[in-house]
Amino acid sequence: MHSQPVVDTTTGATAKHQLKPENWVELHADYLYSYALGRLNDEELARDLVQDTFLSALEKAKGFRGDSIERTWLTAIIKYKIIDIYRKKSSAFTARDEYGTAINEEEYFDPDLHNWKKEHWPAPFGVEDHDPLHNKEFMGVLQNCLQKLPPLWMSVFRLKHIDDEDTNDICQELKITPSNFWVIIHRAKVNLRACLQKNWGS
Amino acid sequence: MKKELKTEIERITYNCRKATLLIEKKQSIELTAREKMELKLHLAGCYICRVYEQQSILINGMISKIFKEPGKEIKLDTIFKENLKEQINQKLTGTNNVNKN
Repeated sequence: MHSQPVVDTTTGATAKHQLKPENWVELHADYLYSYALGRLNDEELARDLVQDTFLSALEKAKGFRGDSIERTWLTAIIKYKIIDIYRKKSSAFTARDEYGTAINEEEYFDPDLHNWKKEHWPAPFGVEDHDPLHNKEFMGVLQNCLQKLPPLWMSVFRLKHIDDEDTNDICQELKITPSNFWVIIHRAKVNLRACLQKNWGS
Repeated sequence: MKKELKTEIERITYNCRKATLLIEKKQSIELTAREKMELKLHLAGCYICRVYEQQSILINGMISKIFKEPGKEIKLDTIFKENLKEQINQKLTGTNNVNKN
């Protein structure tokens, strides 16, 4: 495909910001890399994505209207690509239902009464009073538990907690309904909590 | 009438699945008046879900901390960056040539 990454710098007064692709790597590559790595946790994929972002940015440069600063514009491009990966990962994963539930997920509540099954009763972790956020081992256990979540749940968590994104935006991006969103958050949390209880102190 | 009300309250009182879902919702958005009432009623009688709520809030704080703290500064290696610059420059000059023709 034939591309025209020539940046029009003659628009002058109307364009508030301009693109300088020759400086992109110097100015934005590390930033975009950390951005992608924090959201994908995969170095190779993050690197590919930075490259991909610059190349497609060059293609799109003509359409840049100067409304945002260069970095914001590039970040929007990489973010779009990340969400695309989230979607692909979620749909490639074999789930039991439309909530992305893993095949082997435990049932924590009684199917009829909807109260906690006795073997899954939440019990205190025992770290609650000792500033658990600074307890490295406890945080480590949570990190391991997070790794086990189905991809769709993890994507929801990342959008929610890294970008503090609005529920409606997350639903649109990941193509899920608001009620599915709450079910996912709920299941993910119940699973995480149980995983913490199971793996902490044993 | 009275009997119906009783089962309704019972439904709320025993439904830990719903109560824990409301606990999650509450941390992101404002619950409806009805949901607030239901959750309050449930938590008043359910010690297990009170433990859950406390832990759920704690876990949210921990997740935010894990996701937002990148630890050390992350950088791409120099060779990768040089290659990237080369690629961009090629594209830039390549197109300039096309325009000249």
